[in-house]
Formats: sequence, C-alpha cells, structure tokens
Amino acid sequence: MKKVKVAFFDFTSCEGCQLNKLNFENDLLDMLQWVEIVEFREAMDDKADEYDIAFIEGSISTPACVERIHDIRRRSKILVALGACAVSGGVNAIKNSHPADWVKETVYGKDKYLFPSIPVQPISAVVKVDYEVRGCPMSAPEYLHIFKSLVLGRKPEDIDYAVCVECKQEENECVLDKGMFCLGPVTRAGCGAICPFNGQYCTGCRGLIANVNKEGAIDMLKLHGLSVQEATKRMKMFCTYELE
Amino acid sequence: MRKDLNIHVHHLTRVEGHGNIVVDMKNGVLRKAHLHIVEAPRYFEALLKGRNFHEVAIITSRICGICSLGHQMTSLKATESALGLEVSEQTKILRKILVHGSTFQSNVLHALFLATPDFLNVGSVFPLINTHRDVVLAALRLKRLANDIGDLISGRAVHPISCVPGGFTKLPTEKEIVDLRDKMIRQARPDAQFAVGVLASLADKIPHFTRETEYISVFNDSEYGLYDGQICSSDAGLFPVERYLEVTNEFIVPHSSSKHARFNRSSYLVGALARFNNSFNLLHPEAKKTAAMLGLKAPNHNPYMNTVAQMVEVVHCIEDTINLMDQLLNKGIKPEKPNQEPTRYGRGVATTEVPRGILFHDYTYNRQGSIEAANCIIPTGQNLANIDDDMKKLVPEIVSEPKEQITRKLEMLVRAYDPCISCSVHLLDVRFVE
Repeated sequence: MKKVKVAFFDFTSCEGCQLNKLNFENDLLDMLQWVEIVEFREAMDDKADEYDIAFIEGSISTPACVERIHDIRRRSKILVALGACAVSGGVNAIKNSHPADWVKETVYGKDKYLFPSIPVQPISAVVKVDYEVRGCPMSAPEYLHIFKSLVLGRKPEDIDYAVCVECKQEENECVLDKGMFCLGPVTRAGCGAICPFNGQYCTGCRGLIANVNKEGAIDMLKLHGLSVQEATKRMKMFCTYELE
Repeated sequence: MRKDLNIHVHHLTRVEGHGNIVVDMKNGVLRKAHLHIVEAPRYFEALLKGRNFHEVAIITSRICGICSLGHQMTSLKATESALGLEVSEQTKILRKILVHGSTFQSNVLHALFLATPDFLNVGSVFPLINTHRDVVLAALRLKRLANDIGDLISGRAVHPISCVPGGFTKLPTEKEIVDLRDKMIRQARPDAQFAVGVLASLADKIPHFTRETEYISVFNDSEYGLYDGQICSSDAGLFPVERYLEVTNEFIVPHSSSKHARFNRSSYLVGALARFNNSFNLLHPEAKKTAAMLGLKAPNHNPYMNTVAQMVEVVHCIEDTINLMDQLLNKGIKPEKPNQEPTRYGRGVATTEVPRGILFHDYTYNRQGSIEAANCIIPTGQNLANIDDDMKKLVPEIVSEPKEQITRKLEMLVRAYDPCISCSVHLLDVRFVE
C-alpha cells in the first residue's frame, strides 16, 4: 500500500492540538507505517507540494493567513480543521466582540498600526473544510479515530448530541445540580465529558449542537444566578464566532 | 574574507510558532541581525477584559499549548493574590509536581526531538526512529510519563482542567500516586540517564560561542526556583515579584509582533541556562552529577548550552517529583474543596518559571470579581533582544565559514533558546546574496 501523504499547518493558535498529537507516544510509531508526514514545520525541516490529507490548526486572523490557507487548500485532497480555533475561531474570536481599535491599543498602545489584524474567522469561513475535529484542545482519541478512518478511506461520523449524554454515561454528578454553571446541555459531545468528570464545568469548547435552544440555555443559566449578560458572555468563551 | 552577507530564513522550523532570521552585512559592516517575529498577534490582555475569575485561567492557558500548565499556574497565583485566596500545603505540593512534569516534558521534547537532529545532521526526529530507535523510544516514554502526571493530577496534560483558583476540583488517590512514583523510579530514572548519555556523546557538536549577558530567573532560597519565588538578576540581585515592570521594561520594535525586554544591559537571558546559573547550588545532587557529566559549570555563558541545562533539569525534576510524592504520601491526601470565597478585590502579580523562562501575569479585578486590566509577560519575548545581541556577536566571528554553515549555526542558536512564539505572540526567515 502506498503511504498516505500527510501535512500539518498552524495558523493563529496555541499549537496545543499539534502538540497533542505528538503526545500519542504509544500510537505514533505505528501510524508512521501507514502515513508519510511530508510537512510539519513545528517538528521537521522538509516541505512538499501536494498532500493527501492536510490538517489545519488555528484561526484566520491576518491578511497573510487568508492567502496561505487558499494556497494550502489548492494543494490538498482532503482538508481537516483541527481544534476549536480552526473549527469555530475558539478563544481568539473573543476579540471580535470588542472594538478592533480598542483591542489593538490595549496590547500595543501607540504602535498598534505595526501589526495587521482582521476579525477572527474559522477556516471554513474562507475555504472548504472536509472534516472537523472539535475541542480545545482536540480530544486525542477522537483525532486518532478520524485520522485512521481517513487513512483507510472511510468517512468519519459526525457527533451532534449534547455533552450531557456522555456525562450521564460516565455517571458523573450533574454539575448544574451541584449549583455550578455548566454548558453541557448546549455543547456538542465527543469529549467523554472530560471537564465534568474532573469536577469542572463544561466550558463549551466543542461548539454548539446544531439545533440549540439558545433562549432555553440562557434561561437555565439565569436560574443558576447568572445575569443574561454574564450567561451570554460565558457561552461565548469558545463560541463568539458562532453566536455573533 | 566575505564582506557582504545576506541571510533570510523564512518560517524557521522545529520551533513553536512563526519567525524569520534576517542578517544583512555590507562592506564588512553588520547592518542587521534580527529574529523577526511574524506570528499573528493574539491580544490576550484584551480578551481577558470583563472575564470572571473562574474563567481567567481557562483563557490564559490557551496562550500556549506547550506551556499551558505554566500559564495556568501563574494565572491562578495572580488571581489568588488579587482576591486574597489562601491555598493549602497539599495544593502547593500537587502544583509543584505539575510544574516539574510540565518542565521535564517540554525539556525532553526540545532537547531530544527538536535540537538533537541538528547534532546528528538530519532535518527532524523522524529519520532517527530508524537510526537511533532506543533514544527516540526513551524520549517518548519520558514524555508519556510527564503527560501521565498532568493527566492524573490536573485532568489533562494540555490545557489542564481540575486546577482552579483556590485548589483542585478533583484529587488523585494515594494508590494512583504510589503507582506513578513507582514508574518514576523504575522507568523515568533509567530513561533519563540513557538520554543524558546520548547527549554527552554528542557534546562536541555543540557550537563554541561565548557572550556574557544578564541572567534572570525565579529564585527561592529553599528550593530550585520553579513554582514560586523572587525575581533574581545575575547583575542586580533579588526583587519582589510586584516590581517586575522595573525588570522587564518592555519595548516595541517594528520587526517583531512580540515585545522585547531589557534591564541592566541591552538584553537579558531567561530559561534553563539562567535558572542553572542563578540556582545551581539548589539542584538535586543527581542533577549536579549530570551537569558535571555533560561538562556544564555555573556560570556558563554559551547560549547553545541551554539545551544541556534543560537535560540537567530533567534529572532534577524527576528526583524532586519523587521527593514531593513522598511528602504527599507521608501526610496522606486529604479531601479538600477549592477555596473560592474572595476576601478582597484588587491587583495581584505572580511569577512562575515555565520551561522557556520566567513568566509574569498581573491582574486587576473589580468588585464583581471581573478583570479590569491584565498584563502577561512571556519568556520568549524577554529572550528576543538577547537573541539579536547574540547574532550580532556571532555573525562576525563565523563570517568566513561557508554560508550554509552560518545559516545552520544561526538556526541552531535560535532553536537553543527553545522559543515559543505562540506564547510571545510566535519565529525564523535566512536568505543569501554574495
């Protein structure tokens, strides 16, 4: 079998998703029997012209990003968005909800004009995205599953039910019942409810389910003592682009 | 001898983030030797505005995937200081273990996967899987174990979950700590010794270059400064963390979307070599032995030796993790809830050593417990002026060497700093005209 040519690219992000895949210590060497990594700037010097699968991490946030993603898309058979920044803009998109000038001034002061920046967009807002791996960071087992499916020529399944479903399967105590804030009811599953499992609330990093009841969600959060403004702000931590 | 030299390395590889190296020499005069930071700006200080204290560390951890734990620790400590939240001794020990795990994971990744390919004349770690399989496997096992520490104590190694302001939302069991301690002894110790041996055999590949500079790190007189302490300058002594702005003096240069820093000289160095130089006496005895074996003595003024200092720290972190786990097991793990009832609202500043150097977070909270103002000063940003100064001294010293070799030494120099450019906002670009 001919090895599948795979490349990894990073845009505006923390590069944690890329790092996470170096963290499959046990599977990494096995995977390399089936795929050839032809481009991965963070780990190697080589560059290639064409890719069977291009994995894209990070959001679009400068004019240079737009040019570069078009170029990668032209040379890729399958393009996969990796992690919340690429899929939905992630925390980067929070800046979209503030006036652009204020954001630049807050960080760079009078030198704000030195560094060009545009409103943050997910990859799919600029080019066609074939598959998405959600989460911040992406879940390692889910990524491996999708990677294996694509290498074998199968279509990976799309998950569209709430984190609550998986949370119940894990038999976690309900976070809302504990009196805490939680975005589990409106957030897409696939993470195994890892935050509630670790005693934390769901931060909504995987994005909203398709038929989300926004008003219902806000009412529920109000019942837990949050103002509409605070509830909306919390829902927007990872979902500003989706909600604006 | 060459009079004109023009180097442009676009998007330097094997570093975290996007940067270019630019060197321009005309008629024997060096006009430019810069590391251009071309990472897209990320505006975290602005993203934090108005955020509730429960949310802040979740957002700041996203500054960097590699140093997410360090950003989270610093963020939590700054929030706790601003809101008057005391944390228990148990919480501090668990956090120190997390910092050790994240330091040795990152140091192993850099020293063995990103820097070692240069010493063996290959472009990445991948060819080494066939030619140096034993060391790749040892490095992977060390990384796995460091990640296991993160997974067990904080729920997840990248973007930790259960460390929150005031403590932990979930605690490991004593049995889990015993099992992990056992692995540290049976597996991490021999793997680290093996990796140290390999690095020792490559010692002659590390370029000789000396430039004394100011070394700045966290210092703590009771332990090797990582989790907490005062600011230590090799030129000027100790400063309380609240005075960090007098030390960092950030300034903006047009060739970098990350700010530069300087204190008593035109630049200073942070990271493993600065920590080693400032806190050598506080290293674990096994780590001191490792340093002797690798030919590293304090103070050392060769920035390429940062990679060696990182391996010394790997040994220190493994040994001290075992000690901390013993302390934890001796006292027994108590069920504790995080302390999240603020006793005041105001300003809090905190510092932690992350793998790449000293990190500062500074928050001001309003009476609703939301962020009014935030400032984060990142290690890679603090190193940028020092990298430029190193290049200015290095280029004239090696200008008669073949251009490929000059480029290679410049790339290795930048890589030795293990820059983390996403953090600093993101690094390298080299082009030759004769």
